[in-house]
Amino acid sequence: MSSLVLTLIKGAIALNVALVVAAALVYLERRISAWMQYRIGPNRVGPFGLLQPLADVLKLYTKEDIVPYNASKPFHRIAPIISIAVALSVLCVIAPASYLLLDDGTKLFIAVAPNVNVGLLFYLALSSIGVYGIVLAGWSSNNKYSLLGGLRSSAQMISYELAMGLAAVAAVMVSGSLDMNQIIASQSGGRWNLWFQPLGFLIFLVASFAETNRAPFDLPEAEPELVGGYHTEYSGMKFGLFYLAEYANMFTASAVMTTLYLGAYDMPFLPTLLGLQEGTLPRVLFELAVFVGKVSVLLFLFIWVRWTLPRFRYDQLMNLGWRVLLPLGLANIVITGAIVFFVR
Amino acid sequence: MNVTTNTRAQRMTFWEKLYLPEIAKGLALTFKTMFKPKLTRQYPEERWEPLGSYRGRPVLVLEEDGERCVACGLCSRVCPALAIEVQAGETEREKERYPVKFEINMLRCIYCGLCEEVCPEEAIVMSKDYDIVFHSQEEAIFGKDKLLVPIARLQERLEFLRQYK
Repeated sequence: MSSLVLTLIKGAIALNVALVVAAALVYLERRISAWMQYRIGPNRVGPFGLLQPLADVLKLYTKEDIVPYNASKPFHRIAPIISIAVALSVLCVIAPASYLLLDDGTKLFIAVAPNVNVGLLFYLALSSIGVYGIVLAGWSSNNKYSLLGGLRSSAQMISYELAMGLAAVAAVMVSGSLDMNQIIASQSGGRWNLWFQPLGFLIFLVASFAETNRAPFDLPEAEPELVGGYHTEYSGMKFGLFYLAEYANMFTASAVMTTLYLGAYDMPFLPTLLGLQEGTLPRVLFELAVFVGKVSVLLFLFIWVRWTLPRFRYDQLMNLGWRVLLPLGLANIVITGAIVFFVR
Repeated sequence: MNVTTNTRAQRMTFWEKLYLPEIAKGLALTFKTMFKPKLTRQYPEERWEPLGSYRGRPVLVLEEDGERCVACGLCSRVCPALAIEVQAGETEREKERYPVKFEINMLRCIYCGLCEEVCPEEAIVMSKDYDIVFHSQEEAIFGKDKLLVPIARLQERLEFLRQYK
């Protein structure tokens, strides 16, 4: 019973952290994009404009919520909920730190659902469900641009899901498990998967950009062609949920990449150098800091790439997915398999 | 057969076709840009002072002994947007005519400056005001109270007109 309560508490914390991170990302995105364009960015609301996300959300809440007359109302309502729910629920398999050794000798794992033996599969499965939110939003709006956005999104996600899965398979072959904690354990001491799987990491990274609908793969919401894409007909906080889901997706994708390729909270030598015992509170805090640092680097990369690269054309996108990333992913698996087979 | 070959793509070198080095170059550029000085002006605190040639809101010149305008109505006639309304009146003073009513509808004004060009007395000139705000259509009609501006504040524009008009 207490474990259920504990899980609920951890879940609540994870949810709030994710939403705060998403809000912070909105601010950072605007600020960094401004800097990259010789601008200053939001600096009026609060110190350094830090309260800007709060003002944005307040604005979205007070806006009129318009549902198109011919829209399919239940689906129109449920689509943003699916998007955000999927984006947030992935978090439960992420382990931002190892464990806390309690007084009675039990280990308090920091992850919401630690030691799930299908952790990575869970992420892949849920991130594919995310496409339902977008497709439903596009279809139920009864708007041709929304529908086109939704269709593009589903085609794009299915194409890149393959490459992503193949990259993940190679990483799993190196780590020898689908369990997130095992994957992390296999990378301890600086033996990060990134060093063994540079190509796999690249493929996974590119596929993640496509999965989260971020530029240069933000075809589903290509403004010049599709107005706003799937969220054209959304307003108020429903639109806000899509917006939030995009950033929450970015956060979870970064967290998964950190776990899978960057050794999660692993930082070689430093903990022992500082004399941090495994299972103590300082060690956990240190690990959290390391994890947050690595995720931040990836999140910055997401924003950085968005404000650098132009959007792909649709055929280029499909070319890249099917004719470049997929064969590369397969080749990566073959090579990794051969090396794993002969070396071990 | 109408066959076109993508010559641009054929001219790309191997490294360009690989995308990645080019992407890295782009990323380096944006990263460098992040630390360059910003061009943004913090508007309400930091205002831009236009030059004399700037055509802002049209105003009436107010001299020490009253307005320059003699209510000839030329500005009203020439205004392409029909924004100006003038009603003339008479006084006992040496300059007999003066406008009883002089109104410019700022929702109509297109800042063309024809009124200034046509004015025989140099009484209506374009000022430097560029942030013109109102909350209703009634408020947008500027009467004499808002239009009359002391000549001291319009010297730069008058100087410009004398030189280039």
